[in-house]
Amino acid sequence: MNSEKIPGLYIHIPFCISKCHYCDFYSSTYVSAVPNFLNAVFKEMEMYRNRFDVFDTLYIGGGTPSLLSPKQLKDILTSVQKNFGLMADSEVTVETNPADLDQSPLESMRQMGINRINIGIQSFDEKVLGFLGRRHSAKQALSAIEASRKAGFENIGVDLIYGVPGQEMDSWLDTLKRAVAFSPEHLSCYQLTLGAETPLGIRYQAEEFLMPGEELQYEFFIKTSEFLEDAGYIHYEVSNFARGMQYASRHNQKYWDHSPYLGLGPSAHSFQSNRRWRNHRSLDQYLVAVNAGNLPVEETETLTMEQLRLEAVYLGLRTKRGVNFEDFKNRYQYDLFTEKREMLNRLLEEGFISIQDGRLSPTQAGLAVADSLALI
Amino acid sequence: MKNIRNFSIIAHIDHGKSTLADRLIQLTGMVDERNFKDQILDNMDIERERGITIKSQAIALPYHARDGEEYVLNLIDTPGHVDFSYEVSRSLASCEGVLLLIDAAQGVQAQTIANLYLAMENNLEIIPVINKIDLATADVERVVEQIDSELGLDPFSCLKCSAKEGIGIEEILEAIVKRIPPPKGDPEGPLAALIFDAQYDSFRGTVIHCRVFDGTVKNGDIIRLMSNQATYKVEEVGRFLLAREKRDKISAGEVGYIFASVKTVSDVHIGDTITLDGRPCDKPLPGFKEFKPVVFSSIYPIAPEDYEDLAVALEKYKLNDAAFVYQKDSSIALGQGFRCGFLGLLHLEIVQERVEREYDLSIILSVPSVRYRFTLKDGSVEFVDNPAHYPDPSIIEKGEEPYIRATLLMPERYLGAVMKLCMEKRGVNSKLNYLSPGRVELTYEMPLADVIYDFYDRFKSITQGYGSFDYELLDYRESNLVLVDILVNGEKVDALSQVVNRDQARPRALHACERLKEEIPRQMFKIAIQGAIGGEIIARTTISPFRKDVTAKCYGGDITRKRKLLEKQKKGKKRMKTIGSVSIPQSAFLAVLKTNTDD
Repeated sequence: MNSEKIPGLYIHIPFCISKCHYCDFYSSTYVSAVPNFLNAVFKEMEMYRNRFDVFDTLYIGGGTPSLLSPKQLKDILTSVQKNFGLMADSEVTVETNPADLDQSPLESMRQMGINRINIGIQSFDEKVLGFLGRRHSAKQALSAIEASRKAGFENIGVDLIYGVPGQEMDSWLDTLKRAVAFSPEHLSCYQLTLGAETPLGIRYQAEEFLMPGEELQYEFFIKTSEFLEDAGYIHYEVSNFARGMQYASRHNQKYWDHSPYLGLGPSAHSFQSNRRWRNHRSLDQYLVAVNAGNLPVEETETLTMEQLRLEAVYLGLRTKRGVNFEDFKNRYQYDLFTEKREMLNRLLEEGFISIQDGRLSPTQAGLAVADSLALI
Repeated sequence: MKNIRNFSIIAHIDHGKSTLADRLIQLTGMVDERNFKDQILDNMDIERERGITIKSQAIALPYHARDGEEYVLNLIDTPGHVDFSYEVSRSLASCEGVLLLIDAAQGVQAQTIANLYLAMENNLEIIPVINKIDLATADVERVVEQIDSELGLDPFSCLKCSAKEGIGIEEILEAIVKRIPPPKGDPEGPLAALIFDAQYDSFRGTVIHCRVFDGTVKNGDIIRLMSNQATYKVEEVGRFLLAREKRDKISAGEVGYIFASVKTVSDVHIGDTITLDGRPCDKPLPGFKEFKPVVFSSIYPIAPEDYEDLAVALEKYKLNDAAFVYQKDSSIALGQGFRCGFLGLLHLEIVQERVEREYDLSIILSVPSVRYRFTLKDGSVEFVDNPAHYPDPSIIEKGEEPYIRATLLMPERYLGAVMKLCMEKRGVNSKLNYLSPGRVELTYEMPLADVIYDFYDRFKSITQGYGSFDYELLDYRESNLVLVDILVNGEKVDALSQVVNRDQARPRALHACERLKEEIPRQMFKIAIQGAIGGEIIARTTISPFRKDVTAKCYGGDITRKRKLLEKQKKGKKRMKTIGSVSIPQSAFLAVLKTNTDD
């Protein structure tokens, strides 16, 4: 169906030295299992070598990939090259924790071909860092960015979190200001969301603290957007900002435009033509399956055209690029423009969307209610 | 006949009527422990959930008494709500005695007294039974005293039991045999049988439940229903065990059923008298009344394509509910539907629930209305039970609305608050009567429209459940009527229109707007809700839009999760009606008539 699109590769490194209080990604603190895990990932790659060819993005996420040694990271890259191949201009990203970013490993990373580094800064406010259970300080965050630049990274992404209980708008704007001072190429600003099973989620349900109300959330959202756009960033997705579209995460965009992707490691998701599948979430089950020579897949779904259509609308409307009516009609066999004309006019009138050059895009106000826009 | 006893159990709600019925059934050996399904008589889901009996049921219990004789004890169950008080009275008219059940912890309550009166009107033998004596909070002494002072019954006549624990059940059975008189009547006389219920059987047509007072009915007899002179040939008679049991005949004193090729339950009328065509009785048994719907509402399918299915569902439903009437109707906002008549609001809610549940349909009901009478300037008279058919105001000479006489029983301490409520409901000509020290009977003449509009809920709440309420229709009285429309984002929702007295127009409209504000979920857009008389806006509320709902992260695994959520929301949206691009949930339509305190 989308044979013309080049797939992306995601590798999930499910290890952390300590778990952050808000995180609901799968990870284990049992770091001594890393070698076994890597062997399994290499085996998993072999299992897919006939189903996937060359990739043009590689995203090593987690967990905390930066707790791998340069040698281990290198082995991953080598194995990817051996089994699939990476295109010459590939985007190769590693997610990192500021506490792990000393000069020497950064330089090794840069040398082995990693060309994009994503740093989980989250905040420059110690109080916020403490509440979130991060294992680094604001100072470490600062030096991590500096060290990354010095190591020669020309594409740095910074992850930040807002809407933390008790966080004042000023504290948040201060964090933004300090991040922007380094001119990172990319910023992800996530509103704190509490999974029910996370330590913070449990404390929230026990009514230990309040989360910001919808009005305040909206204010955070809009202020963030305005501040970063003023600073020269493009608000290209709900939570993502780039200093020029060439710096927008090429890998993440594949999730939003139904490009194919392969996810390796526990809990990783893959998508190819109209099928999506998910690996075992637990490391143990993952290892057992792979070591028995089986694909560690826990669940596969084949999407109907209607489901693809729904996804395409809500994913598309999360991005500034939006949805191209003609492309949508060709790929999902549905004339969105004609079928939803009345609703689109209403949304246009209310300032949630714009329609230009055959493309439907959310406005800033539209992005803030993108979940509802998806229900048109 | 001397070995037959016909009785009912009557009680305030939750005093254990169904549990006791189950125990009696169990002890007389009708079912063994293993097959004993709790509360056999309340066999509809809705009845179980609401804890009330809606349709009457009957069962014959074979009992070997201590005197060595074999008896047949016919237990006739009764519905427990004011909408169905006529059905209760007909069930009681089929008995010679009742068990008046009283909770040992709660004591005498409003419905205990109301039921006692019904039993007394029918000259029944009354056996007071104190239930739940096993409870830690039970105060049997106090209840015995209340039986004496508040009910005026012989305190030594009462029995004590715990239906739940099975204590004292045999004594009850013995008392039924000894104290309730056997039925009288002449099995050889002309047939006179009272219809106390009718149910639809999909294989056999209507099964008539009746009590034979005189004469005998058997297979092949030609029976005549005295209210409409319709005749039918009897195909089968029998009595009720756990299932129907065929017999050769049923005679004076017995309770049983008749099949006679009666197509629908609407062809028979509860309270009517069955006699033999060839040898009719002189006059019908007393107490017969025609069903008269007093509350009207339109039912629409949420999805227009479900219209045919709704038509089939109502047709089937009607087979088993003679009190329910309907005809085709259409709404500008809601499309094709049916105008329906009900005995009261509870009846309406039951129909709604059963149609949705048993036929898997999503439906909307318009705001319920009473039937108004308009005299037009040309002298003609029009009855209007649907606000959509409200006449052009310029041609109305006068409007009239139905009045009822409400009878309210309550402890004296609630009198002030209840009188205030009745006055607010435009009650007039009040009469006060002291039943016993501390207990009063209050009657008011009130517009029926005000009674269906949240009166019952508020009365219950004011009297903390100690009040009981009954009403009868009186007459039509002149009233300054206006039509109040509700507009959502400028579009009139005709199903929300109401006819009201002008003095109440503004508060009613505001109440409707506010209730809608609570029921309609916030959306991306601002929603204006207005109440209007003609072109004049008399009330208004606004639902402010939400401005932020977007999920922060949407990568690999989030995508499927999010899609599933959206799919669920889309499905939910299909259960709402979209008017003026606003999704209005079903609940909003009925909520308009309710106070906000009752949910």
